[in-house]
Formats: sequence, structure tokens, C-alpha cells
Amino acid sequence: MADEDSDEGEDIFVSNSKPESVSRGVSQPERVPEEPEDLFSEERCRSTKANGVHPDDDTDLFAEARTDFNSDKSSSSAQKELSDTPSTSSFSRTPAALHSTSLEQLEEEEAKSSFDVDVAVTNPEKVGDGMNAYMAYKVSTRSSLSMFKSKAFTVRRRFSDFLGLYEKLSVKQSLHGCIIPPPPEKSVVGMTKMKVGMDDPSSVEFLERRRAALERFLQRVVSHPLLLQDPDVREFLERDDLPRAVNTQTLSGAGFLKMITKASDAVSKMTIKMNESDTWFEDKFQEVEAEEQQLRKLHVVVDSLVNHRKELCVNTAIFAKSMAMLGNSEDSTALSRALSQLAEVEDKMEQLHQEQAASDFFIFAELLADYIRLLAAVRGCFDQRVRSWQRWQEAQSTLQKKREAEAKLLWANKPDKLQQAKEEITEWEARVTQYERDFDRVGMAVRKEVLRFEFGPTVDLLSYNEAWLDRPGE
Amino acid sequence: MMEEVKDVSAGSVHGDTIKVTEVLQDGDTLTFIIVSQKLSGTGEYHVDRTYDDFEWLQQHLYTQEDVPGIQGVIFPPLPVRPQVNASAKVMKQLGFLALGEWQPYCRALETFLQQVVAHRLLSKNPALELFLTSADPPGRQKIKKNLFNRLSQAMEEMRKEGHKDVDEFFQTVRDQNLQLTGSSRTAAEKFLDVVLTEQKIAVACGHFSAALHLCVEPGQDPDHKAFSRVCVKLSEVFDSMRKSMMSFSLNDLNTLGLGLDLESRHLEAEKEMLFRRTCKLVELESARRNAERAKPVRKAAMEEVKKASETEFEQICEVAKQEPLSARPCGNAAEESDSVV
Repeated sequence: MADEDSDEGEDIFVSNSKPESVSRGVSQPERVPEEPEDLFSEERCRSTKANGVHPDDDTDLFAEARTDFNSDKSSSSAQKELSDTPSTSSFSRTPAALHSTSLEQLEEEEAKSSFDVDVAVTNPEKVGDGMNAYMAYKVSTRSSLSMFKSKAFTVRRRFSDFLGLYEKLSVKQSLHGCIIPPPPEKSVVGMTKMKVGMDDPSSVEFLERRRAALERFLQRVVSHPLLLQDPDVREFLERDDLPRAVNTQTLSGAGFLKMITKASDAVSKMTIKMNESDTWFEDKFQEVEAEEQQLRKLHVVVDSLVNHRKELCVNTAIFAKSMAMLGNSEDSTALSRALSQLAEVEDKMEQLHQEQAASDFFIFAELLADYIRLLAAVRGCFDQRVRSWQRWQEAQSTLQKKREAEAKLLWANKPDKLQQAKEEITEWEARVTQYERDFDRVGMAVRKEVLRFEFGPTVDLLSYNEAWLDRPGE
Repeated sequence: MMEEVKDVSAGSVHGDTIKVTEVLQDGDTLTFIIVSQKLSGTGEYHVDRTYDDFEWLQQHLYTQEDVPGIQGVIFPPLPVRPQVNASAKVMKQLGFLALGEWQPYCRALETFLQQVVAHRLLSKNPALELFLTSADPPGRQKIKKNLFNRLSQAMEEMRKEGHKDVDEFFQTVRDQNLQLTGSSRTAAEKFLDVVLTEQKIAVACGHFSAALHLCVEPGQDPDHKAFSRVCVKLSEVFDSMRKSMMSFSLNDLNTLGLGLDLESRHLEAEKEMLFRRTCKLVELESARRNAERAKPVRKAAMEEVKKASETEFEQICEVAKQEPLSARPCGNAAEESDSVV
């Protein structure tokens, strides 16, 4: 059952279908799904499993978590794919009086829009050798929108391409008050391991996490109506060969420039305090901050849990070895040895189980970190609004100065300079109006964004929780 | 085995019934309550003892010089002195016995007493009777430490450890013991790591559960409510995980942990006995050489010394052969691994 639009109850709901696959990769060498073409059909044709955890509410806004078990050739490990279809809802809130009508309009617009773009990131493959090696991911898109050249297509992309897309989007869209979903972070350790060609479970895990994060990133980009329109996004999805995005490298000139701009931004944020006339923004900002704090705390705790689990794996393995040694030394009593070997086998099993649990928790931690980053992006969006306000204010003060200059000139009676002054004033007046309009527009856009964003991630997180709770044996 | 069926007793106490039922903590000292059944069947002896009393008993066992070949006895090992709020080094020494609120420690003391009572030579020591039955604490004066004390194995005597044996049987026992002591100590240490990590996980689960609880916020939003509901549920799940983790670790501690600890300490005691025997052997050989090379004047005296050495050595070997060598103490390890599996 594919949720495109679901009408439940009397409220106006928005459902954006965001099929999110969180594939849990247990450490196994061969994990490649056998049917690359049919990624999407797999996700669609799944029986809805009613969530027994929920009470039967009419207003059950939650995702129905679906678990699908694909057993590969290797019987020892099963690949579980969690597909969540959250239905986000936005409620008619009581916004500030000014924008009440337009806000409701916005919500109605949201209710009408529906997306028909699915993206998936799969098949990481190593290309090249040595230190110049990189992982190429397959990006598959399926869409019925007319702006794309065909219905379904695939391209190969590498991590820096994703980062490049993000950079371009931030530069262009940030002035409009969009929330740009953050990409996954760079990891020197992970990539070096990849390049060197180590094949241990942790690097497999790293690859899996990165793939899942990239997929989430793309899905968020694609489900954003404004971003989808961006030609860069289309190019990213369609074009066979993208020019290498060099300015995403940390040690490049562009990288340094970024760092400097970030630092100066931080300073300017601290020095200028905005005169907040609209309490809605103030409240929202507080909410976002509070949520971020909460998630951070949770993340810290989950992180420590993950580490302890990993430690337990390691310790159990070491213990199993020492038991084996003990068993070997005791050739006096065959029975004793048999028992200690049995204990060792038992421990190895336990170790596998622990690894599973660790990877589960790790996904939890990843999700939390992801949402914390997303919230940071939301905050960035608020900052854009502040900056646009600053610009407006600056323009206003410049205008003021120009006017004063004009007055002085009038008094001093210098006609030629007066003309110039008048021209400048008109110019600045135009600018002021422009910036004010910009500011308002940004404000509106931010509101829209935030509404869209509202509880979206929380619901995703929760749907994952539900699925996790339902899992047998935990 | 016949040993089990036979009545083990020390004087008036039934050996199998010795239990260390309680441990009381008074500031920095720990007092243990020992309960044992009277042989006459008329009741129980309740005594309270501290670690000093146990040491006193141990010293008395060591200093039984009238018993021939006493050096060949594998003395049941007494655990290291317990310390409340111990330093990290002491905690490491105590290992499993420091965990679980001293319950494993009580079990270890229990085993010590039971083994002493069960030993055919040691149970006859009057100090044991006094220890188990007297209402007043037995004399707490310090006895002079003699060479039985494991601390007396000075570094220069270590080279004697490698001394080749005259008896093939004992050589095998020594080699086997060396291997086993190492492996069992490693196994015990590693298992301790596992148990400690399990406890850490339990604590972390508890933290997570508490943090989730804090996420619960009141609100009329259906979304808010749903979120809070899930948080509460998840918090409960993690709380029960914490409990189960704690019980895993306690169970591990009380079964395999304790077993491994007892085993490694027993093997250490055996090692000490074998070492004593080896020292005696070295002594004997040097006495023989002296007797051969002695000038006629001293010859008789040397012969005397040699003969004494020989008799002692033979007695030790006799006693040692009857000890449970490199065998599990009462099949503990088999039981313990069973309960874990």
C-alpha cells in the first residue's frame, strides 16, 4: 500500500510519502541485492503489518512500520529492510495575526502537492586503486514528473558529488530561507580504510551507514518542492558525468574560504541582536533549540550504549579464546575439555548476537545524529532570516544617512551635489523596500519550511522505534 | 567417590554444613557469620569472625610441624584480604570476589573452610575446632610468619622452579600445573572483563531509560502525546533490558566467575606445594653432594643431614601423591560451566 494522500478524520492532513529504507547491514561480505532494477517495486508491494503496539485510534498518525526479511544465500545472516512510510501532518496552528490568512493558504497548498519521485542509493563499488580509489554509488530515480527526461534512470555518483550538490544548493537557496537537508559527514578514517582495501566488518558497516545516510539526504532533497525545481538537482540525478566537485575537499582553497566565512558568520551572529517582532519565530526557535538539546542528550547516551556493546563483543571474543586455551591444556579430563569447548562455542554465539545488537543501537545513534544535524539546518534557516533582516536594517540606516546628507546639502545650497544626493536616495529607498520585501518573503518561506518540517523527523524516529520494539527476541 | 560419602568432620562439626551466611560491614571492617551443624545433631554453632581470624587459622595450619610431610599438602587457598572501597589494584587482585556485594567472597570463604575440614591431615588441627566453635574470637595475636607464606618466595628461589625432577610423575604434574595456572588465570581475568562490561551496559541502559523519560512532555498535540507514549514505552523496554543485563552479569558472576576464581587459586596453591617439594629436592641433592665430598671428619654429620633430607623428601612425596593433583576441586568447574551453558 503506497501512501500518497490519506484522509483521516476531519483535520486537514498532509501526507508526503517518503519511503525510507533503512537497510541494516549485518557484517557480511556479500550483500548485494540481486534485483537492482526492481528496487521500488519491492518497496511498494508489501503487506501492511498492523502495528500491535498502537492502540486503535482513529487519529493514528503514525507510520506503519513494515519489516521485510530478505534472506540471502548466506543463511547465517539475514538482511532486514525497514521501510517506513511516515505520514506527516501539519495542524492549523494559531499563528501571528498578520499572517493568519496566508498561513492557512500555505497549508492548503501543501495538502495538494504530492510527489512522485523516488530515489534510491545502492551498490557501493570501489573504483580505482590505492589512495585515489573512491566508492561509487548507484543513484536510481523513478519519477512520473514531466521535467525528467525519462521514467526511470540511474547514474553513478561518488561522495564528493553529493557534497557538491549540497554546496550548490546552500549557496543558491539559502537566501530564500529554505531548509537544506544536511549531507552525511566526511570521515577520514572510514575513507582511508576503504582506500587501503581493508575488508573488516567495521568498514562494511561504515559503508552501509554512509549509503543509508546518502539515501536519506537525497530523499529529503527530492521531497522538497523548491529544491526539486532546481536545475542542479535534476542535473545531479540525470547527467551521466558530473564535473568533479573539487571545492568540497577539505584542504582546498574553497574549503578554507568556507571555514573563514563560517567563523565570521558566527561572530556576526553574536554581535547583532535582532529585534523580534514576530513571536511565532521566537517560539519556534525555542522549540527547535529545545528539541535539539533533547536529541543531543539522547544521542550521547545511545552512543555510550553502543560503545559498551562493542566492548562486550570484544571481551566475549577474548574470553572465548582463553576458554579454548584452558580446554586445550586440560587433557587430563576429557569431560572438562568438552565442557569448556562448549562454553567457548556458546560465547561465540553470544558474540554474534551482541554484534547484532550493537549494529541496531548504532542505527539508532545514527538516526539521532542525523536529526540533530537536520535541526542545525533548521536553525541555519532561521539565521538566514536574521541576516536578511540585518541587511534591511543596514539599508535603512544608510538611507537615513543619505537623507541627512541631502538635508545638509539643501541647507548648504549646492545644487549639483544635491542632484546626486537625490539619486542616491531614490536608489537606497528602492533597496530598502526591496530588502523589506525580501525579509518578509524569507519569513514566509521559513514558516512554510518549518511547518513542513514539523514533526517530520520526530515521526520518522518514532516509526523506527515502533519497528524496533516489535522485533522478536529483544 | 568414597571421600564424599565418608563423614567429613572436624571435631564436633559437620564439615558439609559449614556456611558463611552473612557479612556485616562496620565502617571498614567486614565480619562474617559462620554457621555449622553440630556433629551430635543437637544444634548449630554460630560464630562471627573477621579476616584476621581466618589468617590466624591459616597460620596455625601452616605451622603444624609435627605432621610429617606437611609441606606436601596443597593448602586450601584463602582469598586476599577484602577491602571496603578498595583501590584499583586491590580490586584487580580480588577480581570476582570484590563484586556482587561480597556474596562471592562469602562463598569463597565457605569453600576454604569446607576444604580444610575435608582434608584428612588438616582437619585434625585443634585450631580449626576453636575457630569454628568458640564463641570468643580465637587469639588474634600475630604468629611469626614462616617459610610457608607465599610472600617468602624470594626472587632468587625462582630459578629453582625450573629444576629438573627425579620423578617423572611429578615432572608431568609440574608441567601440567604450569600451563593450567596460566590459562586459568587468563580465563578468569577475561571473564571478569566480560562481566564488568555487562554491568556497564546495564548502567547505560538505565541512563537511556531515564533520558527517554525526560523527553516525555505534557501537551495536547496528538503528535506530542504519541511521541510521549512511545518514549515511555521505549523507556520501559530499556529498563527491563537493564534488569535483565544485571541479572545476566550476576548469574555469570556467581557461577562461572566464582568457579574460575576458585580454580585458579587452587592451581596456585598446588603450584606452591610443588615448589616446596622442588626446593626440598634441591636441598636433598646438595646434601648428597656434600655427604659425598665431605672429609672423613665431617662425613658422619653430613650423612645425618642427608638422611634427614631424604626422609623429609620422601614424606613430602608421599603426602603430595595423595593430594588432588591438577584435578578439579570437587568437580566445581564442570558444574560451573554447566550452569552457564
